[in-house]
Amino acid sequence: MKILTGNDLKSGAVVWWTGQDWSIHVEDAVDVGDQADTILAQEEAARRVNASYAIDAEPDGERGVRPAHIKDRIRALGPTVRPDLTLKPADPNAGNWVI
Amino acid sequence: MYRYDQYDQAMVDTRVAEFRDQTRRRLEGKLTEDQFKPLRLQNGLYLQLHAYMLRVAVPYGTLNAAQMHVLANIADKYDRGYGHFTTRQNIQYNWIKLEDAPDILADLAAVEMHAIQTSGNCIRNISSDQFAGAAADELIDPRPYAELLRQWSSFHPEFLTLPRKFKICVIASETDRAAMKLHDIGIRIVKNAAGEIGAAFYVGGGMGRTPMIAPLIRDFVPLDQLITYSEACLRVYNRYGRRDNKYKARIKILVHELGKEEYTRQVEEEFAHLLTQGIEPPIAELERIMAHFADPAFDTAASDDLDLSNRDFALWVARNTVAHKQPGYVIANISLKPVGGIPGDASAAQIHLMADLAKEYSFDELRVTHAQNIVLPHVRKADLFTLWQKLEAAGLGAANLDTVEDIIACPGLDYCSLANARSIPVAQKISQRFAANGKTGELGELKLKISGCINACGHHHAGHIGILGVDKKGLENYQLLLGGCEGDDTSLGKITGPGFTEDGIVDAVEKATDVYLAEREEGERFLDTYRRIGMEKFKEAIYA
Ligand code: SF4
Repeated sequence: MKILTGNDLKSGAVVWWTGQDWSIHVEDAVDVGDQADTILAQEEAARRVNASYAIDAEPDGERGVRPAHIKDRIRALGPTVRPDLTLKPADPNAGNWVI
Repeated sequence: MYRYDQYDQAMVDTRVAEFRDQTRRRLEGKLTEDQFKPLRLQNGLYLQLHAYMLRVAVPYGTLNAAQMHVLANIADKYDRGYGHFTTRQNIQYNWIKLEDAPDILADLAAVEMHAIQTSGNCIRNISSDQFAGAAADELIDPRPYAELLRQWSSFHPEFLTLPRKFKICVIASETDRAAMKLHDIGIRIVKNAAGEIGAAFYVGGGMGRTPMIAPLIRDFVPLDQLITYSEACLRVYNRYGRRDNKYKARIKILVHELGKEEYTRQVEEEFAHLLTQGIEPPIAELERIMAHFADPAFDTAASDDLDLSNRDFALWVARNTVAHKQPGYVIANISLKPVGGIPGDASAAQIHLMADLAKEYSFDELRVTHAQNIVLPHVRKADLFTLWQKLEAAGLGAANLDTVEDIIACPGLDYCSLANARSIPVAQKISQRFAANGKTGELGELKLKISGCINACGHHHAGHIGILGVDKKGLENYQLLLGGCEGDDTSLGKITGPGFTEDGIVDAVEKATDVYLAEREEGERFLDTYRRIGMEKFKEAIYA
């Protein structure tokens, strides 16, 4: 599947395209098929996202969506070396999902 | 240390106001990201993996307590309670919001700090010896010259759009503690046969994708021509440096392709011309700067005695302190490398504490080192035990300077958008491995440096043991290098062979150190043994 990601303009937070809006949770990401360029152009122009791009991902039973590249999995979760600052601070296994 | 005059202050205040307006226009949609990006980068604001990242300049690594407190306050108020000290003697924050950036720059300006020229193709923060003004082996204090270069290079209209970024280092001691020959320009202040003081210029060094050791292009430039000669070096580069290819745009490539002789010839020609233009700052300006770097009021009656009966304290003294030029004083190094910690990271509380300790015990001065540690440069021996106890209580007492646990590691794939692999977990595992196997002390001086990609921010080329993270078909992989060294006998590490997984690289490092322990001769460091016996025995053990 193809999903869209970028950073929130104001906060810089990593965000994922949900079909209507941007979410900080990768599991909310939807498959955009061949619509990536159109959506990204609209959303960038409306300043709803910054530095956006499309990536490959696959459905993931455990967490919904798993980006294909480790870099985007780290973006999705947070730094692997600071579990306390990730989106799943209480989940000791969250880091395994990245690797 | 240097204090801003009205011009310095007006420059940074004006820049804050300008950036506040630019940020407002970006948030209102009046500037596109393409228009805004170069403006934010000129103010040290990057967009990294998780948020905006702000890199704050620490000129030649020197800070006072008030500045350090503001750095801690920024970590608390605008970030997530910590900062990361870098190999460029700067500090970075990883979780900055764009809307907060102008306020942060204003807070910095209030204590004579900024983030200007910490990014982009300009002359970056000037680096220097972290022991400047304190070291026993120093000819003179190099910082007035570093400051003069800072002022000359700040907003220098001719050098704001160079072919590529440009890094200058100034030292004035026998021992090079600042990787001087791995800078675009490395300046060593020296004394000639006639007893005069001048500057030796090394030009065209650097790490990154094509590491090179800077050749000496002139062994003596009179100090009252330092800026003129620097300008000549930059002019030739600015004129002929490659702008067509980012990977060939650094001055090291120009010097290499032209040849040292031809590059030098052109610099000398430009220098002769510039001497007729009278561009050197007036001597009164240098004297004004120098007055800021006068020695603090050392206690000339300070005792040289040190009670080393506490074994932990004695170990810390042996590893983390260095001789001071003033009897009764030492240079104290605070390691930001606790076992299993993140190299270079410090919490806001730790930053506040280091500021307080500097105020109380080190004449209000701190230094940031390129090895991502902090220095209290002027500590009375009589205060050292109390200081150490306070550091210990705050988790800042690691006694491991220049050992295998004192690892330089760049942020890597945990934070950096250019990374191929994570650096920090590798550093953590290595320090844990050696803390557990108890070999750290036996190994003695061993400089281990890790970069998460070929850009080499973690100085892996210059590690006695270097580690480079690469991307192997989407998986993190780590190459091992041996034999690199910064300093007087600078050398570049060589790759041992095929790369390793994260756990594999930790094993490989331990095997390399075992070869050293088995092969070393009396008094040899790891690097010396490697240089004597060569790569083969290491390879046999590592790939067995
Ligand atoms: S070496 Fe590469 S991964 Fe490490 S901080 Fe520099 S650019 Fe990022």
